[in-house]
Amino acid sequence: MSNKSKNLFLIPYVFWIALFVIAPLVLVLFYSFRGLDGNFTLSNYANFFSSTYLQLTVSSFWYAFLITLFAFLISYPTALLLTKTRHKQLWLLLIIVPSWINILLKVYAFLGIFGTYGLANALLEVVGIGSKQILFTDFSFVFVSVYIFIPFMILPIYNSLDKLSPTLVDASRDLGASSWKTFRHVIFPLTIDGVKAGCQLVFIPSLSLFMITRLIAGNQVITLGTAIEQHFLVTQDWGMGATIAVFLIIAMILIMFLTGNRKRGLMNGKKA
Amino acid sequence: MKQLVRMFIIILFAAGVLLVLVNRLNTSQGLSGKNTLTVFNWGDYIDEELIREFEEETGIRVIYETFDSNEAMLTKIEQGGTSYDVAVPSEYTIAKMVEEELLIPLDHQQLPNMKHLIPDFMDLSFDPGNHYSIPYFWGTVGIVYNKEMVGGKTFTSWDDLWDKEFRNDILLVDGAREIMGMSLNSLGYSLNTRDETELQEAKHKLNELSPNIKAIVGDEIKMLIGTNEAPIGVVWSGEAAEIMYENDDLDYVVPEEGSNLWFDNMVIPKTADNAEGAHQFINFMLEPEHAAQNAEYVGYSTPNKSGYELLPEDISGDDRFYPDPEITEKLEVYDNLGKEMLARYNELFLEFKIDLR
Repeated sequence: MSNKSKNLFLIPYVFWIALFVIAPLVLVLFYSFRGLDGNFTLSNYANFFSSTYLQLTVSSFWYAFLITLFAFLISYPTALLLTKTRHKQLWLLLIIVPSWINILLKVYAFLGIFGTYGLANALLEVVGIGSKQILFTDFSFVFVSVYIFIPFMILPIYNSLDKLSPTLVDASRDLGASSWKTFRHVIFPLTIDGVKAGCQLVFIPSLSLFMITRLIAGNQVITLGTAIEQHFLVTQDWGMGATIAVFLIIAMILIMFLTGNRKRGLMNGKKA
Repeated sequence: MKQLVRMFIIILFAAGVLLVLVNRLNTSQGLSGKNTLTVFNWGDYIDEELIREFEEETGIRVIYETFDSNEAMLTKIEQGGTSYDVAVPSEYTIAKMVEEELLIPLDHQQLPNMKHLIPDFMDLSFDPGNHYSIPYFWGTVGIVYNKEMVGGKTFTSWDDLWDKEFRNDILLVDGAREIMGMSLNSLGYSLNTRDETELQEAKHKLNELSPNIKAIVGDEIKMLIGTNEAPIGVVWSGEAAEIMYENDDLDYVVPEEGSNLWFDNMVIPKTADNAEGAHQFINFMLEPEHAAQNAEYVGYSTPNKSGYELLPEDISGDDRFYPDPEITEKLEVYDNLGKEMLARYNELFLEFKIDLR
């Protein structure tokens, strides 16, 4: 292929990036310096460092952490199990298919399941625990979020586990390592990149969840995403909304940086 | 590449042919700007029989489209595209549309039936002199409660919500004006206050309500109250009417301290092709018999005095939806507080939500 046509094919990509990635980012930054009167101001940033928004940031991070942790605890063993089953692709498909359903629909289903007269409470009643307040608690918020994000955690972990050469595990066992030691010193370190990718895919969107906070948590849990939505749609205080978004973007970049894979060689264990 | 270009040309050509065809079809059926009227209204918010009657009476064909939020409607009208002739936004949206010059001023000469409207509902702050809008339905914000679940307790005042008996029992709508207004009203202040100390006091009082609040939700509140998920809710009267229709145990009350008075008004957007027909339609809906028929069907409160008098006793005598004058006097329309004040309300409401747990 000639250089010229290569450049030609690059045009859509450059346009896309410029229009839908760079321009919005610049706009967000621009709006974050605008007050309600439309003049340049730093007051939005001063406002962000008031107790309200700092508290909001801390609680957002805490919930995002919890969601990521539980998603990881469930996903890693599941992915490990998946690589051991005979019909891997079928099982994987069964896990991915629910993620094709619109999130809103899934969340509405949980309204019914967790409700006072829902399935979950009927079950608790039968077991003898008695009905509990499930909907509109932080438990239900974390539960539903974990449910929604699990496929995003399983896929990268599954991929890195699947790529892991079984000979390495065999070698470890041959040399006398217990299965726990093999897992700790061979399997897990070699799949850490998958784990990191999964954590990125779960943690970052968790920070900005807003629909679930209202529907499932009844605003008992508020995240940065909720505040941004409020400022853009209700208050029309785009400046403040953009300022929160700027901090969200900074947080995302930090997380990407922290979980980025700098040691690339490890993935290709076979060649090493 | 060549194939792509050919494909593109074929698509363009097909689109052109379709456009011509649609145009032909429309003219052959006599559908042009003057003969049709596009009405943009909330879902299930009109007795469709009235549309048929209007078509027969005037020979104008009505295209009826619906929206489910003021914001969605506003976006569609801002974009143009469809030539909506009549729309029915809520009062705060009307103020915004007037500001953005999206509305055509009404010609009151063409609306003789305006005389039937209740004078108290005219000339309000969101549209002084009714230059742009005519009331369609009105309502209040109040408390809906399940008589069975609250054990025979009746509500008369906003303060009843603060009763320790109702731990974790209350659902609120997720609206800063509504909830801050509720707290302000319960303290005897105006829900349009600009006084910082009054606002702080209201926010403080809301924080005390926190243990009683089960959740703050959006439109789902109808479903949640309707299915007995919680016994008490703070809602708009229209939503209350809808769920009470389905669940007999529910009752609605407008608290004695006063509350919000809201309106959905008919307007003619800038997109209108048939302003004359739009005036005819608005005038038709203001005809007392039609207003009464519509109010009976939709279940909301009509602002049409003569129409109200035509309603059957069990509707017109229902003081939950047509409150006594003592209460009506205390109802307030939301003033356009301006961006900065509105931001203050929202900030306090957000703080209240953050401290909810």
